[in-house]
This record gives sequence, C-alpha cells and structure tokens, in this order.
Amino acid sequence: MALQSASLFNTYYLILKNMDLKDKLVSSFLAFENNIDVHNPVHDVRTEAIKNFETKGFPSRKEEAWKYTSLNSLQKIDFSIFPKKESSLEYKDVKKYFIHQIDTYKIVFIDGVFSSNLSETTHDGVDICLMSSALTKPMYKAVIDVYFNKVASKEESLTTLNTAFSREGAYIYIPKNKVPKKPIEIIHFSTGNDTALMLQPRNLVIAEENSEMQIIERHQSLTNHAVLTNSVTEIFAAKNAIVDYYKVQNDNDAATLIDNTYVDQKDNSHVKVHTFSFGGKLIRNNLNFYQNGERIDSTMKGITIIGEKQHVDHHTLVHHIEPNCESHQDYKGIFAENSTGVFNGKIIVDKIAQKTNAFQQNNNILISDKATINTKPQLEIFADDVKCSHGCTIGQLDEEALFYLQSRGIPKKEARALLMYAFANNVLESVRIPELKVRINKLIANKLGVNLGFDL
Amino acid sequence: MLKIKDLHASVEGKGILKGINLEVNAGEVHAIMGPNGSGKSTLASVIAGNETYEVTKGDIFLNGENIEDLSPEERAHNGVFLSFQYPVEIPGVSVTNFMKTAINESRKSRGLDDMPAKDMLKLIREKSELLEIDRKFLSRSLNEGFSGGEKKRNEIFQMAMLEPKLAILDETDSGLDIDALRIVANGVNKLKNKDNAIVIITHYQRLLEYIVPDFVHVLHNGKIVKSGTKDLALELEEKGYDWIKQEAAV
Ligand SMILES: Nc1ncnc2c1ncn2[C@@H]1O[C@H](COP(=O)(O)OP(=O)(O)OP(=O)(O)O)[C@@H](O)[C@H]1O
Ligand SMILES: [Mg+2]
Repeated sequence: MALQSASLFNTYYLILKNMDLKDKLVSSFLAFENNIDVHNPVHDVRTEAIKNFETKGFPSRKEEAWKYTSLNSLQKIDFSIFPKKESSLEYKDVKKYFIHQIDTYKIVFIDGVFSSNLSETTHDGVDICLMSSALTKPMYKAVIDVYFNKVASKEESLTTLNTAFSREGAYIYIPKNKVPKKPIEIIHFSTGNDTALMLQPRNLVIAEENSEMQIIERHQSLTNHAVLTNSVTEIFAAKNAIVDYYKVQNDNDAATLIDNTYVDQKDNSHVKVHTFSFGGKLIRNNLNFYQNGERIDSTMKGITIIGEKQHVDHHTLVHHIEPNCESHQDYKGIFAENSTGVFNGKIIVDKIAQKTNAFQQNNNILISDKATINTKPQLEIFADDVKCSHGCTIGQLDEEALFYLQSRGIPKKEARALLMYAFANNVLESVRIPELKVRINKLIANKLGVNLGFDL
Repeated sequence: MLKIKDLHASVEGKGILKGINLEVNAGEVHAIMGPNGSGKSTLASVIAGNETYEVTKGDIFLNGENIEDLSPEERAHNGVFLSFQYPVEIPGVSVTNFMKTAINESRKSRGLDDMPAKDMLKLIREKSELLEIDRKFLSRSLNEGFSGGEKKRNEIFQMAMLEPKLAILDETDSGLDIDALRIVANGVNKLKNKDNAIVIITHYQRLLEYIVPDFVHVLHNGKIVKSGTKDLALELEEKGYDWIKQEAAV
C-alpha cells in the first residue's frame, strides 16, 4: 500500500516538474487528499486551509512580517513534496543527534515517514505517538475535534499550507495529573534521497490539568541536499500544566526551517520554549502564545549563533488576554560574517488584562561589519495597570575585556569565544535537562570553533 | 629580564610615552610613581601588549628577546602579568573557570596537557587561602559587582595562580583597606623570589613599606624624569611632584 502510493506521487512529481512551488503544492493537494480518507472531518479543515494558501501564496517581503526574510529563492527550487522512497537509518549512525546520555521517548521520522525502529512511543497512561494515528483512528476523534487546528492560525499562509498537508508528526497527550517518565525527543531526519525535499510535520501537544512534560525537537538533514521544513506545532496547556519545549536548530547549510508554534495556555500554566539556532541556511521561528487564563507564565528564550550567509528570524507574539499573567522573553544573538538576524517581539495586552507583567529582552553582538540584525519590539498595550519592559541592544565584543583575557594567556580566539559564551549563557540557566544543557554547551563551543579549558 | 629602550607610544595619533628607558632585572622590585595622566598605566599596557596603543619608536626586550610582535597572550605565556588598575568585569564567566582556562591555555602553549582537575582544585585552594579569599567568591562572575578592593585582591590571586616572571601591579593598593593591603602585600612578598621581578605603580608610600623597592622611578609627561632608591618615594610623599616637574622643565 505504501509502495503504491509512493509511485502515485512519483507520477505527479514528473508532471509537476516545471511549476513554481506554490502551484506545485496546490496541484499536489489533490493527490494527497486522494490518498487519505476524505470522509474524515479533518478533510474539511484541510480543504479550507489549501484554499487560504491558494489565495495568499507564500509570504512576500512586501508584508511587514516578512520584510527582512525572503522566501523567493526557495520557491525556485524543485522540491519533492512527497519523498520518493522510504529510507531507513541505523541508530548507531544517527545516535549523536539524540540526547543519548539519557533515556527518552522518541518519535522519529525519516524523510517525513515514521521510523518505528528508531522510535520509542508509548500508550502507557499517556499517549506519545503519531499524528497519523490520531488523525485517523476513532479513539482519538474526540480529542482531535477539540484541539486540532484550534490555536494554529487559519489565516497565516504557511500555517494553512501545513494544515492542508497535515498528516504526520508527533501526537502527545498527557492526561490530568500525569507526568511521563522521561523527556520526549521529536527528531526529523532527511536522508538526501531526494535532491530537494519539502517536509511539513504537524505536531499536537496536549497537557491536561496538572500534567507536566519536557520535549526536545530537532530537524536534521544528513546530506547537503536542500530541505524545506514547514512545521506547525500546537501546544495546549491546561490549568497548572507545565510544558518545557526545547528546539535545537542545528541543521546543515542547505536546510531551511519555518517553525510555526502556537501555544494556548490556561490558568496557572507554565510554558517555556527555548530555541537554540546555530545551523541551517534560513530559519524562521513564529512563536505565538495566547494566555487564556490567569496567573499564566509564558517564557521564550533563545540563543542564536550564526555566521557565513545564515539567516535566523525570530518572530514572537504574546497575547495577554486575561489579568495577572506574566511573560518573559530573553533572546541573545551573535552574528558573524555575512549572517543576518531578525527579532520581532510583539506583545499585546488586552484592556482587561490588568496587572500584566511582560518582559522582553533582545541582546545582540555583531562580530563582523557585514553582519546585520534587525530588532524591533512591538507593544500594543490597552490596559493601564501593567508592567512592561523591553530592551534591545546591538554591540560589539568589548575590546578591553578581550585584552584582559588575553593578558592572562587566553588566546584571542578563545578569549572571543569565552566572551561570546558568557554573553549568551544566562539563557541556559532555565534549561531543566542537565544533559541537554551540556549538549547545547558543546554545540556552542563547536560553533565558536573552540575547545575551552573547562566544561562549559 | 625587562629592558625598555627609548619607547614612544601613542593613541589616536596623540603621543603618550615619549622615550622611556627602563631596565628591570630578575630579583628586583621597581616602583613607578608620577602624577595623574603621566603615562604609567599606558606603559604597563604597552608592556602587556595592548594593541590600543601604537608603539611609534623604541623597543621592549623580555629576556633579551624583542617582544614587539608578540600578542598579549604570548607575552603572558612568556611570564608577563599585569594587575589592572581597573579590572574588567566579565559577567557569565566564573573566577574559577576563568583561571582554569588561563592556566590550561598557558600550559597548552608549553606543550603540556590540561592540569588534572584535582591539582587545579588544590592550587586554587592554596592560593585563595594565601590571599584570604572566600571560596564562595570564586564561583561568582569575574569582577562583576566586586568592590574596588575585592577586584584588586582578585588580581593578586590571579597573579598567585599564574606565577609570572614579570608582574606589573598598577595601583593595586588603591581601593584596599588597611588589612587587605597587608594581606595583598604579604601575598606578593611570598611570590617574590630571585628569579622574578615586580614593577609596582603607585601613588603612595604605604605599599612600599610592605614591598620594599630596590628602585623608584618618577614618570612625568611620558618620560622617566628621575630615578632613585626607596628614599625618593619618601621624598615625593613629603614634597609632591612640583619640584620634579620644575627640574624636568629645566
Ligand atoms: N585609550 C586612550 N585613549 C585616549 N587617551 C588615552 C588613552 N589611554 C590613555 N590616554 C591618555 O594618556 C594619558 C596617560 O594616561 P595613563 O592612564 O597612562 O595615566 P596614568 O599615569 O596611569 O594616570 P593615573 O595616575 O591617573 O592612573 C592620559 O592623558 C590619558 O587621558
Ligand atoms: Mg593609571
């Protein structure tokens, strides 16, 4: 069955070859839908979504939100929308991409297809499994009806594009008062079997009352073939739920990632999203928090360290809808060579959302004349009794500090790295998985090209 | 050990050092005094290799080798240490990690492996005891929020850890209370031996009572205008700099 469908897609692939990406996607939708159950209620959601995408197309730089990030050149690449063939990987060959020092649940995909041999899913009191099952099996229907596509935007074109093709990804449901025994890793590998591959994972994460979980997400291509990932994750945190979500973005040079994450929070819930962006050609993070309750805490932290012609764009949104909530944003960026960065942090405080405490900080270091960062806070505050602080800085490495370190025998390169590390590392304080913290430290040291005299 | 010949240095085209000659031998203690802005810290920075200053003329020799082309870290590896007048705050790097990095980098330059963690801890304990530094201090970010005196004491702790051949102490005494001054001076004296040398930049006689100099130099307007023994420091304390300035003007 799987083989058959793959060849059906191949035929389409040939026909669609010389089209631009939008047309190709829209035309592929038919083939995609034919291959799945059109009587499923999700079918209507997908159909609505493709209509929206067909009208809007890919965002262009004329739109304010995309002023500094261009997807033009991507649209000229002849991406396969469905992988040509199924591939498998040996754990030993990809072990290094896992936080293998600890035991985790694993939901692993290879070229967008679930890999049962690399994964460790569970239904033991909690559901840590596949979106494809959740979207098709009757036992999940009630949950899907309540949550699927409920917080994700129905307007934003790339989100709707993902919705239209939503079929596979991670499905995580943690019932009331439950805490899974271990962290959950979601990893997407691309093998390079296709010269250019587009992936659209769709994740649904539900934390019921008083539940707690930790998730690590990573996208990794194993060759230098182009990959375009347009991912959508919906997170629902009910009363008192705690969700820690870590995004490790360290893909290779030909990979593009567009991450759309939507978080819906209820009373007293705490959701933290950490985003570590080191690798990849282009990364766009759209991180949206909606606070539908009181005494909510939303935390967004990021470390971006890029060079060459890399581009990382963080767009955050926190919508304070109810009173007495907090949000904390702390993004650090280090930009070398010709790299470019964008930070746009939007905070909306509704009129009734009194006693809101919203904090936003974006600090950047440019270590080359040719690197640029565009940083912009966007505050829309309609309540009068709120504490909002925001600040952004753009600077260079402190020459005096550099000399101080060098005068103690630390070579310039290491001294620079140490200063950069010192600049960024407070973001790591809130990482609650020690082994992950060690890993991020190693990735930072690698990225900075140093081996410092102590374990970072 | 250190030989400076007709050294001229400038910053942004403005001349600051205008022909310094100085020779410091192993086992000696030299004091450099002089009015504010005369170029003492500049001299110290230039010796340590700060590239903010451009050496326009003259040479610096360390153990007979011209160090013109050596980077600050290479000078450090060759035994130069500068205790900063204004130690720089480095948030995010603990004193301990900083010292580990510094020590292991200079070991690396000598082809040695990293110091075993056990030895490192022992060394840190020993030296922090010498300077009566609370261990809690060592896990704090380097100099961040340290009081003026704590910063100075921390500089000498670093000196004790690195055991330099040539230590230049730029106003290490300013900011230290009376007890701290004694502790720091005591620490420096313990580190002193016949194979190393110390250059003390100071405005006051007091530190020199603890660390007795073999020579005292007066720097004025970028030049050493007078040299003498420890009695010169006493004389300066009493009379100020006017008479020296006048002498220099003649
Ligand atoms: N980086 C710099 N840029 C511009 N001017 C400088 C710089 N460094 C030093 N100077 C100038 O050079 C002169 C000497 O400064 P220096 O700090 O060496 O004096 P000093 O003798 O150490 O004084 P003090 O006793 O106050 O510490 C001063 O006039 C100072 O303003
Ligand atoms: Mg000075």
